Amino acid sequence: MICQECGKRPATLHFTKIINGEKTEFHICEGCAREKGEGIPGAPNSFSIHSLLSGLLDFESTGGPSFANQQQQAIRCEECGLTYTQFSKIGRFGCSACYQQFADKLDPLLKRVHGSTVHMGKIPKRSGGQIQCKREIEQLRRDLQAQIEQEEFESAAKLRDRIRELERKIADL
Amino acid sequence: MTKHRFTQEALSDWMKSGGPDTEVVISSRVRIARNLRHHPFPMLATNQQSKEVMEQLTKVGKAGRLSEIGQFETVLLSELSELDKRVLVEKHLISPNLANESRGGAVILNHDESVSIMINEEDHLRIQCLYPGFQIQEAWTLASGIDDIFEAEADYAFDEKRGYLTSCPTNVGTGIRASVMMHLPALVLTQQINRILSAVTQVGLAVRGLYGEGSEALGNLFQISNQITLGQSENEIIDNLHGVAKQIIEHEKAARRRLLEESRLRIEDRVSRSYGILSHAAIMDSKEAAQRLSDVRLGADLGLLPNVAPQVLNELLVMTQPGFLQQTFNEKMSPEQRDYRRAELIRKQLRGETEHGGAWI
Repeated sequence: MICQECGKRPATLHFTKIINGEKTEFHICEGCAREKGEGIPGAPNSFSIHSLLSGLLDFESTGGPSFANQQQQAIRCEECGLTYTQFSKIGRFGCSACYQQFADKLDPLLKRVHGSTVHMGKIPKRSGGQIQCKREIEQLRRDLQAQIEQEEFESAAKLRDRIRELERKIADL
Repeated sequence: MTKHRFTQEALSDWMKSGGPDTEVVISSRVRIARNLRHHPFPMLATNQQSKEVMEQLTKVGKAGRLSEIGQFETVLLSELSELDKRVLVEKHLISPNLANESRGGAVILNHDESVSIMINEEDHLRIQCLYPGFQIQEAWTLASGIDDIFEAEADYAFDEKRGYLTSCPTNVGTGIRASVMMHLPALVLTQQINRILSAVTQVGLAVRGLYGEGSEALGNLFQISNQITLGQSENEIIDNLHGVAKQIIEHEKAARRRLLEESRLRIEDRVSRSYGILSHAAIMDSKEAAQRLSDVRLGADLGLLPNVAPQVLNELLVMTQPGFLQQTFNEKMSPEQRDYRRAELIRKQLRGETEHGGAWI
């Protein structure tokens, strides 16, 4: 199939648009698609990230407007007043408390966007001491398990002591 | 007024120093997004709330440890004309969003313009560090250091599970966007670019064109950046981008070598034609300028145009943008007039360079 736009190159992208039940089909090559700014997956800026996001969010409610869903949509952030429906339209949070208020809905969204739901990076120096300790304890527990499995009890004992030390430190913070 | 310094010179000082792999990588950039706890994000903030955030954050910028990194200056968006804003956007010192939509917006710039700290953009704080050439690791180290300075004074919105909380869920976690701006003419000429770029998008990186909101990659310039901000550490994100960019650099260099070996005359013809047109044309639209400048840059990098310094091309890239043209000639222009002025400016710059060039090359 030849591109409908330039009539030269082979068409590699095939679109079907359905607006109010009216179906239109496009067959164009990548070059022309870029010029027209049609959304090619992976092509830059073909439409805004926020509209893309709200697409992801809408996806959740495609099961039909069940009662549970309507309840969900009515969630409102107590801090800034943003509703979940508004969030799913604009794709942006109103304040940091929204993350807690909409927590139940966030895991699937973050999973789709990032492939993950938990932060693994930098921790604030001043306020993050406790989190730093918790992370270290988790790591030490994994090490401890490994040492026990290898019957390295002496080094396991050292790890255990270090974990206790950190746990006391957290209690003091 | 001092702010004019930032809008008069096309080339930021940081661009002048070169850097590793400059023949392929123009610049490396790291941007991190941070927000203050207990303040609504800029989108929902009242004017009064935005003002408070602005005052709190500019105070950190003025006092204290920032001065250990360099000399900084705070510019309020409300003090800038529309043209000034446009020029700062063209120099990538502020984002279009900060220029056009912010309330209580401000930017803290250092003197060589390698650091730009935006306040009340989509997030309360956006720290951006730019390095010439391929120095993405260095850019992250500097950005992280500046982050620590702000964190010592301001209460960040941070969540144990989600990390740094941002207005847009695509930034949450590390809040980091790292990118390299690459000039890839040989990969475009040899038609390998689509294959390579689609591979890039499959490993969680994004590609876009320069100056492009919705436009194609003008002048064979591509920006490659991370997409994922949650679930990976900053170092993993930087390493990943570094590794992929390194491979693209090698592919581009290999393609350039092959072009020289297999079709030297064709390449010489192409770059010399573009050089000839740029140094003589009377009308030059921005699209053609970008393409021709890319050819000339390739020629300069391959040693085919010994009289042209890559720095002049970096400068022209910014100088030929609409806002900067109006600034230079100090007049409002129709697009047609801009095309005359653009041609005039390029002629002057390229010929000037040739006159002085012979002496020291």
